[in-house]
Parts: sequence; C-alpha cells; structure tokens
Amino acid sequence: MEESRRDVSATIIRNGRVIDPANKRDEIADLLIVDGKITPLSQLSTLNPQPDEIDASNLIVCPGLIDMHVHLREPGFGHKETIDSGARAAAAGGFTTIVCMPNTSPVADNPSTIAWIRNRAAGACVNVLPTGAISKGLAGEELAPIGSLAQAGVVAITDDGHCVQNHELMRRAIEYARMVGVPVLDECRDYNLVGSGVVNEGYWSTLLGLPGWPAVGEEVIVMRNILLAELCDHQVHCLHLTTAGSVRLLREARGRGVKISGEVCPHHIALTDEAIQSFDTNYKMNPPLRAQVDVDALLEGIADGTLSVLASDHAPHADFEKEVEFDTAPFGIIGLETELSLFLHLLVHKHRKIDIVRLIEMYTVEPAKLLKLDAGTLSVGASADVTLLDLDLEWTVRADEFQSASRNSPFDGRKLKGRAVRTIVGGKTVWRL
Amino acid sequence: MKQRWNRKDLLGLHELSAEEITFILETADAFKEVGAREIKKVPALRGKTLVNFFVEPSTRTRTSFELAAVRLSADVINISASASSLAKGETLKDTARNLEALHADILVLRHSSAGAPQFLAQRLQASVINAGDGAHEHPTQALLDLYTIREKRGTIAGLHVAIIGDILFSRVARSNIFGLVKLGARVTLVGPSTLVPREFEKLGVEVSYKIDNVLPNADVVNLLRIQHERQRKEYFPGIGEYTRFFGLTKERAKLLKPDCLIMHPGPINRGVEIDSEVADGLQSVILDQVTNGLAVRMAVLYLCGGIAT
Repeated sequence: MEESRRDVSATIIRNGRVIDPANKRDEIADLLIVDGKITPLSQLSTLNPQPDEIDASNLIVCPGLIDMHVHLREPGFGHKETIDSGARAAAAGGFTTIVCMPNTSPVADNPSTIAWIRNRAAGACVNVLPTGAISKGLAGEELAPIGSLAQAGVVAITDDGHCVQNHELMRRAIEYARMVGVPVLDECRDYNLVGSGVVNEGYWSTLLGLPGWPAVGEEVIVMRNILLAELCDHQVHCLHLTTAGSVRLLREARGRGVKISGEVCPHHIALTDEAIQSFDTNYKMNPPLRAQVDVDALLEGIADGTLSVLASDHAPHADFEKEVEFDTAPFGIIGLETELSLFLHLLVHKHRKIDIVRLIEMYTVEPAKLLKLDAGTLSVGASADVTLLDLDLEWTVRADEFQSASRNSPFDGRKLKGRAVRTIVGGKTVWRL
Repeated sequence: MKQRWNRKDLLGLHELSAEEITFILETADAFKEVGAREIKKVPALRGKTLVNFFVEPSTRTRTSFELAAVRLSADVINISASASSLAKGETLKDTARNLEALHADILVLRHSSAGAPQFLAQRLQASVINAGDGAHEHPTQALLDLYTIREKRGTIAGLHVAIIGDILFSRVARSNIFGLVKLGARVTLVGPSTLVPREFEKLGVEVSYKIDNVLPNADVVNLLRIQHERQRKEYFPGIGEYTRFFGLTKERAKLLKPDCLIMHPGPINRGVEIDSEVADGLQSVILDQVTNGLAVRMAVLYLCGGIAT
C-alpha cells in the first residue's frame, strides 16, 4: 500500500455477507475496522485518508473462528509443532483464536509454564490461549494449583491426553474450578475398559485383530461427568465425543439443564473405522474412528444442538513417529488446516445438518460462551478478528502445503468444498489464500 | 503360473481368492513329494536370500520356514528380536530397509503388532511373508491346516469345522476362518463368551458356547492353545474351569464322529485344551500338520519368491 501514513490504520471489508450470530446478524454489508477494532460505518466519513479496501463480494464475513482444542507441542516437542507454526496453521484454516492443551513437557500444571506459553503466544499470528492441567503432571493423583493457574491466565483446566480416573479427585477439581471460575474440559476415557485398545471395538477390530477400544469406555466417563457437573453445578465440557451412547446421554442431561457440553472433531464424522484396514496410522487417534451408526448419531447431535462445539483436536506428530507399527504409533492427527472445510463440506453442503450461520456460531459464540472469552463477535468495539469464507470454493487438500510443522493428516488429496480465504487478527491480515 | 499367482507378498488369507488359496495347496502337493525323496532339495530359490525376521519368539514356525527355504536352496539368515537393533531403538522400517540393502529377497516376518507385514510390504521391494502378526493373521498356519484337511478328507467344501479356544486373540483362528469360509466349509467357533464374542458371526461363521452340542456334528475340530497369563486374567476364571467347559477330554472325544479329524497348531498343553490320549489317538493329525507345514511353506516361498524377481 503506497498511500500516505495515517495516525490510525483502517480497513473496510466491502459487500460481504456479514454473519455475526452473537448479534443475530446476516446481511450483505460493509465492515469497518479502525485501529484493530470493529467500528461503526458512520465513522467512515471522518477518516482521512479513506481506509484500505477488501472486496468481499460473494464471500462470507464472520467473526474470527475459535478452535478450543489444539495441541501446540511447546514446550518440549518443538519437532512436532511450535506455538508459532501452530498459529500459522490456525490462520491458514480461518482461525483467529486457538486454545492449547497442557500435555507439554513440562506439563502446563504450574504458573511459570503458563507464563512461558503466554510469552511465546504474544509473538504468534493468532490469539493463543493456554489451558492448565487438572492434576499435577497429568498423573490423576493430586490437584494441580488450579487457582494459581487461573490467575496465570488459563481459560480452562483439563488433563486432555489423559483422563482423571479417580472420581473423587475429579469431583474436587470441578468444585475448585467453580470457585476460581474456569470450566473443566475432559477427555472421556475409562482406562480399564479401554485397556490397550487402539481402534473401535467392532467389526473391523474383530476382522483385523487390533485391540478394541469400546464405545462404553467413553460413555462411562461421559456419564460420570454429567453426574459430577450436576452435583457441583459447574460447567464440564466433554472433548471430542464419538459414540451414539455419548450423544444420547448428553441430550438427556442437557434437556434437564445440566451444565454439560460436548464437542465433535471432523474426522469422527468424515471417516468410519472401515478406514483402518489399510493399517495407515493417520487413521489412529483417541478416541478412535467409530462405526456408521455413531457417525449418524453425531450428525443428529450436531443438528439438534446436543453437540455444541466444533474443534480439531489438532495433534501433530513427526513422520518418523507415525510411520511405525499401528499399535505402537502415537494417537492423533492434525486438523487446523482442514477442519473448517471438512465441516462446511459435510455439515452444510453434503448432509445439510446445519446451515452456515449455525456452523459459525458453533465455532464462535459457543466456545466463547463456554470459556468466557471476549471473542467470537463482530460487535462494535470488539477486537477486529475476522474470517472471510468462500462457501463454494472447491479445492484439494495438499499436505505438503500445510503451514503446520507436521503432515499427519488422513485427508491429503481429499477434494472439499468451502474454505477460509482470508484471516484477520486485530485488524491485520495474517493469512490469505 | 503367471495367471494364477501374481503376488510378491503373502500377508493373509483375507485378501486371497478361493482360486489363489487352492493354487497354493496344489503347488504344495508337488513339494510334499519332494520331501519324500532321498534328496530332499530342489534348486528353485538358488542364489536367493531369505531372512527369517522374528520380532516375537517362535521355534516351530521359524524352523519350518528355515527348512523350507533350505530345501528350495535359498540362503537363510535368522534374526530374532533380542538380537536385532529394534531393541536399540531402531524403527521397524529402518531395520527392514537395512535388510533390503543387503539384497534380501524374501523377508519372513513374525511380529506382535497386527499389520506389521502390510507396513513392510508397502515399503519394500522384497517379498514379505507373514509368519504371524499380532492377533491378525497367520496365513501359512491356516494353509497347512487347509492342506491337511484336504489331504485327509479329499475336499474342504461342505465340511463342518469347529475351532475351539481363545479365538479373540488368535491369528490362527482368523486365518482359518477366512480360508475355510472362502473354500466353502461351515465353521463354528467355540469357547468362553469373553474370548469368542458374537461379533465373529459377521465374518460368516457360527458361534457356540456349548461344546457338547458341536462335537457330534463336526468333521474337523481345531483346538487352539489356551493360556491364562497376564492379559487373559480378566477373560476367564482359570485353566481348571476352561478344561471343564471346553477341554477335549477323553470323555468328550467319544462324542466325535469316528472320522472326525483332531487338529492343533501346537504347542499343545496336554491336559488343558486336549487330553494326552486324544492328542496321541488315531483321529489326531497334529504331526501331519507339522509335516505339511513344510510343503505349504515351500510352495509359498516358491510362488512369492518367483514374483519378487
């Protein structure tokens, strides 16, 4: 841009379909950003010189998307992903805010590690918000200093990657988290029932002789979390739900007003356990790919609001770690750069389970409400975190073009419809197609 | 041969057609005849190198493959897990690529992980022969079982085969199921409900928990070794109760048809899944299985080794 310097930066996004579920807004309009904030259009005439223009004709303009479940691997595993590379992957996927999990080395179970992460996050191109551990060392035995973690700025506590097996400890964690005002996120996995399971227990595990991970191993902990959320009257969020039984339990509990919520990852609706017959470890994740009946139940759960949050569980691993025997490979796949497109493709275009407005709401208002974030809206005065989407753009996933430091995606080569074309954080474009 | 066999690898029976399985059995007929000669050696794989790569202990399968390879005039190297660099942290892929760099032509792999042979077959030029992967497949064991049934009964189609024991964790059971069903046998799985889940019915077989109802109708009973070690403690109460409910005791053996074959992949636990008298009785073909294993493995090495060139 060669125009003269001005005291304030200003951008106007022209002619887009502005969808802002927080304000029940869906209209063709212009969006003005001044000094990194959403600004009333009435101030346009006072600006001199006039703002930079972005043409958003035929595009959707929405609040910057939030992925509340990613693994950034720093500190400790920078060869898989750094906070910086993970943030760039997020930007390329249309995300302006990501929430990172505490299973790093050292574990994010103490205020100094949280401070270290926040320090690194300050230089990242999107907003990176840390979570803290529920238990010391994610060992499930003693409470982490949850109050100090909250003061250090965590947006939630979770032992994700692990699951607190001791129900008494979990009860006290939820009670304590309520006092300090942070929600509890839980990976639902009963260690005894799951055992050494690596794939869904069912037809394919029987055929292939791979150790089965039964649906009930998830559902037992979902039930536990419902009962404890009710007992403690505090928000518990079930991460990456996968089974028809979990959806049924959650639907009943939410119907009674229990403070319980659930999230879905794209791979759990894009794929079934049939994919594991290739023994390709990019189909190995926790929880595992399930059967078609489970996929159908997840889609219904999304349609009726039982499942309210969409997230990736972005879990980077290096090639040399993933390219090993199936049962010894690490669990997890990356997702930041494909999740939005997969959900647009599957939920909005293919199965028509929800419309684009609800999809945006599930990626903005829902996580913002759950984590009490000042984000996910285009309200005047809000930080200008904005995502521009092309709902109909057809493209092919190319893993070698990912911004992520890792390549462990089962979606390489997949043709998808719809994607983010520009990502704006605090008024600044951090990525464009 | 080109029309009837074009695979460099033998990974499992699930992926083979009935015609391919039958072709292996027919090829084994010729090699069985070689074993009866005074000079038991043919030059089919002369100049080829076979690596027995056993990342899980095995004596009988490894010995059988080694002898089969020697009789085909191949050079044989044995590598076991404890001696290999896997213990030093090298990946399976790197170890296998090193073996290939030494111009190994055929890799016979025994591994505790299901899918390990598929993993290597996709990455190596060499032939990969699955000698047992986790609880997945043990194709040459099933082929020698099929060969033995066919030899003794003339056919497989229409026979009723009972497979008895720990089915859930058994690669022998899975490969047998795939092969028997493809060749038209009726298969009934018998064992404790925890080790024989109903899910197996989706593989085209029957499941029964009442051995005394199954034995009188069986043309073949294939007994699997039962163990009650660490992993199985939660699956059944103990060996004594297993034998009471599912052991092929002398008494139960009386329920069998006179021409019913008794098979076991070995090593047998006398007095546990089978009584000594029954194992050594006239209906037992357990040692024929061992002999036939040699012919079947020669056929497999010959067919796959020929394609790899």
